[in-house]
Amino acid sequence: MAKQKAEKQPVPPIGVWGPAVALGWLVPGGGHFLLKRRGRGLLLLLSITVMFVFGLMTRGAMFEPQSGDPLTTLINYGGFIGDVASGILYLLTVWLGYSQPDVAGAVHDYGTKFLVTAGLLNILAMVDAFEIAAGRKS
Amino acid sequence: MPRMNLSHFEASFLFALLASVVLGIVSKKSDRERLYYGAYVFGCFLLALFGIGWLMKLGHG
Repeated sequence: MAKQKAEKQPVPPIGVWGPAVALGWLVPGGGHFLLKRRGRGLLLLLSITVMFVFGLMTRGAMFEPQSGDPLTTLINYGGFIGDVASGILYLLTVWLGYSQPDVAGAVHDYGTKFLVTAGLLNILAMVDAFEIAAGRKS
Repeated sequence: MPRMNLSHFEASFLFALLASVVLGIVSKKSDRERLYYGAYVFGCFLLALFGIGWLMKLGHG
Protein backbone atom coordinates (compact mmCIF):
# COMPACT_ATOMS: atom_id res chain seq x y z
CA MET A 1 0.00 0.00 0.00
CA ALA A 2 1.39 3.32 -1.06
CA LYS A 3 2.09 5.66 1.80
CA GLN A 4 0.94 9.18 1.18
CA LYS A 5 2.86 11.99 2.76
CA ALA A 6 0.97 15.08 3.86
CA GLU A 7 2.03 18.06 1.84
CA LYS A 8 4.00 20.50 3.91
CA GLN A 9 2.46 23.92 3.61
CA PRO A 10 4.72 26.96 3.86
CA VAL A 11 4.21 29.15 6.93
CA PRO A 12 3.10 32.64 5.86
CA PRO A 13 4.94 35.70 7.20
CA ILE A 14 4.32 36.49 10.86
CA GLY A 15 2.68 39.78 9.91
CA VAL A 16 -0.21 37.80 8.43
CA TRP A 17 -1.07 35.67 11.43
CA GLY A 18 0.82 37.28 14.36
CA PRO A 19 -1.79 39.94 15.29
CA ALA A 20 -4.67 37.42 15.22
CA VAL A 21 -2.78 34.90 17.37
CA ALA A 22 -1.57 37.58 19.82
CA LEU A 23 -5.04 39.08 20.19
CA GLY A 24 -6.44 35.55 20.49
CA TRP A 25 -4.14 34.95 23.45
CA LEU A 26 -4.95 38.25 25.14
CA VAL A 27 -8.72 38.05 24.66
CA PRO A 28 -10.24 34.60 24.10
CA GLY A 29 -11.89 34.67 20.67
CA GLY A 30 -10.20 37.99 19.88
CA GLY A 31 -8.31 36.55 16.93
CA HIS A 32 -11.59 35.42 15.39
CA PHE A 33 -13.08 38.88 15.89
CA LEU A 34 -10.07 40.41 14.16
CA LEU A 35 -10.52 38.00 11.26
CA LYS A 36 -14.24 38.91 11.04
CA ARG A 37 -15.49 35.57 12.37
CA ARG A 38 -17.69 37.27 14.96
CA GLY A 39 -20.08 34.41 15.70
CA ARG A 40 -17.32 31.93 16.42
CA GLY A 41 -15.34 34.57 18.31
CA LEU A 42 -18.31 35.32 20.55
CA LEU A 43 -18.90 31.63 21.30
CA LEU A 44 -15.21 31.14 22.13
CA LEU A 45 -15.17 34.25 24.32
CA LEU A 46 -18.25 33.11 26.24
CA SER A 47 -17.23 29.46 26.64
CA ILE A 48 -13.67 30.14 27.76
CA THR A 49 -14.62 33.05 30.04
CA VAL A 50 -17.46 31.10 31.68
CA MET A 51 -15.14 28.16 32.29
CA PHE A 52 -12.49 30.44 33.81
CA VAL A 53 -14.99 32.30 36.02
CA PHE A 54 -16.51 29.05 37.29
CA GLY A 55 -12.97 27.94 38.12
CA LEU A 56 -12.46 31.08 40.20
CA MET A 57 -15.88 30.87 41.87
CA THR A 58 -15.24 27.30 42.99
CA ARG A 59 -11.95 28.54 44.51
CA GLY A 60 -9.64 26.81 42.08
CA ALA A 61 -5.93 27.48 42.58
CA MET A 62 -3.52 29.06 40.10
CA PHE A 63 -0.33 27.12 39.44
CA GLU A 64 3.04 28.72 39.99
CA PRO A 65 6.28 27.57 38.33
CA GLN A 66 7.85 25.24 40.83
CA SER A 67 10.48 22.61 40.30
CA GLY A 68 11.31 19.48 42.25
CA ASP A 69 10.92 15.88 41.18
CA PRO A 70 9.96 15.39 37.50
CA LEU A 71 6.24 14.95 38.22
CA THR A 72 6.06 18.07 40.39
CA THR A 73 7.90 20.07 37.75
CA LEU A 74 5.64 18.76 34.97
CA ILE A 75 2.42 19.46 36.87
CA ASN A 76 3.39 22.92 38.08
CA TYR A 77 5.00 24.21 34.90
CA GLY A 78 2.29 22.62 32.74
CA GLY A 79 -0.44 24.05 34.94
CA PHE A 80 1.21 27.46 34.92
CA ILE A 81 1.37 27.48 31.10
CA GLY A 82 -2.31 26.45 31.02
CA ASP A 83 -3.23 29.29 33.37
CA VAL A 84 -1.20 31.93 31.50
CA ALA A 85 -2.76 30.86 28.19
CA SER A 86 -6.04 32.42 29.35
CA GLY A 87 -4.53 35.84 28.61
CA ILE A 88 -6.31 38.83 30.11
CA LEU A 89 -8.40 36.58 32.38
CA TYR A 90 -5.23 35.30 34.05
CA LEU A 91 -3.60 38.73 34.19
CA LEU A 92 -6.67 40.37 35.76
CA THR A 93 -6.99 37.55 38.29
CA VAL A 94 -3.40 37.96 39.42
CA TRP A 95 -3.37 41.77 39.32
CA LEU A 96 -6.65 42.10 41.24
CA GLY A 97 -5.61 39.53 43.83
CA TYR A 98 -8.23 36.87 43.05
CA SER A 99 -5.58 34.18 42.81
CA GLN A 100 -6.27 31.79 45.67
CA PRO A 101 -4.10 29.34 47.56
CA ASP A 102 -4.59 25.64 46.95
CA VAL A 103 -7.13 24.15 49.36
CA ALA A 104 -8.23 20.57 49.77
CA GLY A 105 -11.64 19.55 48.42
CA ALA A 106 -13.25 18.04 45.35
CA VAL A 107 -14.99 21.25 44.28
CA HIS A 108 -11.78 23.30 44.52
CA ASP A 109 -9.98 20.61 42.57
CA TYR A 110 -12.57 20.92 39.81
CA GLY A 111 -12.02 24.67 39.91
CA THR A 112 -8.27 24.27 39.39
CA LYS A 113 -8.94 22.03 36.38
CA PHE A 114 -11.45 24.51 34.99
CA LEU A 115 -8.84 27.28 35.16
CA VAL A 116 -6.20 25.23 33.35
CA THR A 117 -8.66 23.89 30.79
CA ALA A 118 -9.86 27.40 29.95
CA GLY A 119 -6.26 28.23 28.98
CA LEU A 120 -5.83 25.01 26.99
CA LEU A 121 -9.05 25.68 25.08
CA ASN A 122 -7.77 29.18 24.36
CA ILE A 123 -4.61 27.63 22.85
CA LEU A 124 -6.89 25.64 20.52
CA ALA A 125 -8.70 28.86 19.62
CA MET A 126 -5.34 30.52 18.87
CA VAL A 127 -4.35 27.64 16.58
CA ASP A 128 -7.70 27.98 14.81
CA ALA A 129 -7.11 31.73 14.39
CA PHE A 130 -3.67 30.95 12.93
CA GLU A 131 -5.17 28.54 10.40
CA ILE A 132 -7.81 31.04 9.35
CA ALA A 133 -5.25 33.85 9.02
CA ALA A 134 -2.91 31.57 7.04
CA GLY A 135 -5.72 30.71 4.63
CA ARG A 136 -5.83 27.03 5.55
CA LYS A 137 -9.38 27.24 6.85
CA SER A 138 -12.43 29.40 6.15
CA MET B 1 -15.34 36.96 44.17
CA PRO B 2 -18.60 35.11 45.02
CA ARG B 3 -18.11 31.49 45.89
CA MET B 4 -20.14 28.56 44.76
CA ASN B 5 -20.31 24.83 45.24
CA LEU B 6 -20.99 22.42 42.43
CA SER B 7 -21.80 18.74 42.69
CA HIS B 8 -19.61 16.28 40.77
CA PHE B 9 -22.34 15.95 38.16
CA GLU B 10 -22.87 19.71 37.76
CA ALA B 11 -19.13 20.35 37.41
CA SER B 12 -18.67 17.51 34.90
CA PHE B 13 -21.73 18.54 32.89
CA LEU B 14 -20.58 22.15 32.72
CA PHE B 15 -17.07 21.08 31.74
CA ALA B 16 -18.46 18.83 28.99
CA LEU B 17 -20.73 21.53 27.62
CA LEU B 18 -18.12 24.29 27.46
CA ALA B 19 -15.34 22.07 26.15
CA SER B 20 -17.67 20.66 23.46
CA VAL B 21 -18.55 24.14 22.21
CA VAL B 22 -14.88 25.07 21.78
CA LEU B 23 -13.88 21.71 20.29
CA GLY B 24 -16.78 21.93 17.85
CA ILE B 25 -15.79 25.44 16.74
CA VAL B 26 -12.09 24.78 16.19
CA SER B 27 -12.25 21.30 14.67
CA LYS B 28 -14.27 21.40 11.47
CA LYS B 29 -14.58 23.49 8.36
CA SER B 30 -18.29 24.17 7.90
CA ASP B 31 -20.92 25.33 10.40
CA ARG B 32 -22.96 22.17 9.93
CA GLU B 33 -19.93 19.94 10.62
CA ARG B 34 -19.05 22.07 13.66
CA LEU B 35 -22.54 21.66 15.09
CA TYR B 36 -22.57 17.90 14.57
CA TYR B 37 -19.05 17.46 15.92
CA GLY B 38 -19.79 19.59 19.00
CA ALA B 39 -22.91 17.50 19.70
CA TYR B 40 -20.95 14.29 19.12
CA VAL B 41 -18.18 15.32 21.54
CA PHE B 42 -20.76 16.37 24.13
CA GLY B 43 -22.46 12.98 23.77
CA CYS B 44 -19.10 11.22 24.23
CA PHE B 45 -18.40 13.26 27.36
CA LEU B 46 -21.79 12.32 28.82
CA LEU B 47 -21.35 8.67 27.89
CA ALA B 48 -17.96 8.62 29.61
CA LEU B 49 -19.41 10.49 32.60
CA PHE B 50 -22.24 8.03 33.17
CA GLY B 51 -20.20 4.97 32.13
CA ILE B 52 -17.29 5.68 34.45
CA GLY B 53 -19.72 6.77 37.17
CA TRP B 54 -21.49 3.40 37.04
CA LEU B 55 -18.17 1.55 36.90
CA MET B 56 -17.04 3.28 40.08
CA LYS B 57 -20.38 2.58 41.79
CA LEU B 58 -20.26 -1.10 40.85
CA GLY B 59 -16.57 -1.32 41.75
CA HIS B 60 -17.17 0.09 45.21
CA GLY B 61 -20.36 -1.92 45.78
